[in-house]
Amino acid sequence: MNAPEAEIQQTISDPRLQLAIYTATGRVMDLRAKVVSDEALPDYQALREEANAIKKHTIENLDHYLEQLESNVVAHGGNVIYCRTGQEAADFVLDLAKKRGVHMLVKSKSMTSEEIHFNERLEEHQLEAVETDFGEYILQLAHQRPYHIVAPALHLTRFDVADIFTKELGIEREEVIENQTKIARGVLRRKFLEAGMGVSGANFLVADSGAVVIVENEGNARLSTSAPKIHIAIAGIEKVIPRAQDLAVFLNLLGRSATGQPLTVYTSFLSGPRRGAEIDGPDEFYLLLLDNGRTKLLADPDKRQSLYCIRCGACLNHCPVYRKIGGHNYPWVYSGPIGAIITPQFHGITGDAWLPFASSLCGACAEVCPVKIDIPKVLLKLRAEVVEVQRREDSGGWERFAFQLFAWIATHPRIYLSLATLGSIFFPLVPHLGPLKKWASQRSVPEPAKQSFHQWWASRKPTS
Amino acid sequence: MSTRVSLFVTCIVDQVFPQVGIAITQVLERLGYRVDFPKAQTCCGQPAFNSGYTEEARNIARHFLDVFQDSETIIVPSGSCASMISHHFADIFENDPQLLAEAQALEPRVFEFSRFLLEVAGVEDVGARFDGVVTYHDSCHALRELRIKAGPRKLLSKVRGLTLAEMTTAEECCGFGGTFSIKFPEVSGAMARTKIDSIQQTGASTIVSIDSSCLMQLQGVIDRAGLPIRTLHLAEVLASR
Repeated sequence: MNAPEAEIQQTISDPRLQLAIYTATGRVMDLRAKVVSDEALPDYQALREEANAIKKHTIENLDHYLEQLESNVVAHGGNVIYCRTGQEAADFVLDLAKKRGVHMLVKSKSMTSEEIHFNERLEEHQLEAVETDFGEYILQLAHQRPYHIVAPALHLTRFDVADIFTKELGIEREEVIENQTKIARGVLRRKFLEAGMGVSGANFLVADSGAVVIVENEGNARLSTSAPKIHIAIAGIEKVIPRAQDLAVFLNLLGRSATGQPLTVYTSFLSGPRRGAEIDGPDEFYLLLLDNGRTKLLADPDKRQSLYCIRCGACLNHCPVYRKIGGHNYPWVYSGPIGAIITPQFHGITGDAWLPFASSLCGACAEVCPVKIDIPKVLLKLRAEVVEVQRREDSGGWERFAFQLFAWIATHPRIYLSLATLGSIFFPLVPHLGPLKKWASQRSVPEPAKQSFHQWWASRKPTS
Repeated sequence: MSTRVSLFVTCIVDQVFPQVGIAITQVLERLGYRVDFPKAQTCCGQPAFNSGYTEEARNIARHFLDVFQDSETIIVPSGSCASMISHHFADIFENDPQLLAEAQALEPRVFEFSRFLLEVAGVEDVGARFDGVVTYHDSCHALRELRIKAGPRKLLSKVRGLTLAEMTTAEECCGFGGTFSIKFPEVSGAMARTKIDSIQQTGASTIVSIDSSCLMQLQGVIDRAGLPIRTLHLAEVLASR
């Protein structure tokens, strides 16, 4: 697939949308900068190093930690189900719902469930899944996918939300944010009480304690996982961390990187179903461990760091390309720099071959990544893979020809010199050359130099 | 200490901005250095490497190693190209122990121009005069790969008549990114326009940077918009009297 040029152009030329993206991402950039500053968190860089080291170790020993996690979840009375695909995960939930007579479930925010089109799969079988995160709830009503990993409705203003509520809930127009949240709360409270199941994601899975850790600000995840009789957590296998004490590193980084909060409002540690004397909690607990392509990423030693991601969204907020093209022009639910590196690895390099190239390689993403994923390096590796495929297939067109010619000239200095002032031949042609026409549509083409530096140097009188 | 230094002007300076190479030569000679210009030099290979053409990049990089093998000190008027040589040559030759060793031996001899002045020549004031308000653009690879941030500002602060007005988005990308600007011209143009909006708020009439490619990008969009702002390489400011 090629880049969706028309849609990208539409996003760039929509001033309202551009302002919404810029304001929302800019605000989180400022908040983050304050809470990771030297004054606020002197150990910030050391924490990043440690987070990277823990993730590297865990991903390289994933089998061991998954088995440890499983045995600890089971010891607490929970169940662990390994799912190769999204379909397997959905089938398990559908089957359990059928057995327990469940017709409606509540969900807290989970990108993993978005990744496998969980709600749509359930709805095909008349099992209703209700999103309870405010942003996700708005998007569910609007039939849209998340615009951003952390702030799913980042692109919508309160006026857009007023439109959606009026249309989908049949209520009077309400433009005040506080009142909009009250409306959602009114609808969702009833759903929490009626739901037969609660489905959540997981931010971390702790191998040595068997706990599912969820961070959030609205309290809906806590309700979704404790009010219904059954709690199902769906998580990618890469979410496991070895020890509970590692949370001291990750919780310190996640909130700060994601929303600029030293800690999120709620941090829940969920270890299996309600036990004997406990008053709260579900009767049954299931942990669905999802592969869905993740094991493919383990194979490459340079690229497997893509699995370190803790989904904080900082790379999106700081990416000048994401801030221009927004979230919906990325082909998958994961947008921004992290989406650009994981989508081609999950779906195959040739599927969305344009993605690794949709970056100026500015490196802002890597600088803010709390687990130090070298995103530009992975982008470069993926670019080289795309070019390798083109070489094998003898495709690549003008670009491959141009680089081969360029490399030949650049390794033959006499030719390079005899073509001196290449620019004087090349630049006047730019506005007329197919792929460069568009380049010239945005900017004035530079004046070629009358004399190259090589020529100037040759013309110089020797200095004494 | 040897006063002989080799200049790698980069392909873009050679072909489009020779005045930057001339300015560097002037500054260095005024400081008493003997400038050597290996004539077989062409390019560092970065355009090919960043576009996924590793094989082509490797050939160009190997040529670079041959040309500069005897140079003790190599001065580069670009953060991006200097980073290509000192950081990414190691990636390019990761499976070739001999060339990898050559690249690693080369690495400590490569200096971006402003870094050379401050860290090797030990000069902050080169005796320049430039009347006007300028703003400084942090080019991405200089900032994030070479960690160059304060140095160029220190050099600018010693220039007589010059006032530095910082923009709020100094660290944001100009949108060039080599073939990125050809593959995604509208996105690239929009990135530049955002940067230029913030530059206009500083009241500066000149944008200074240590990478000619960023300046070419910004000047192209500025000229298209008909704005009275010009771009200059740091070396051009430091060479002016």
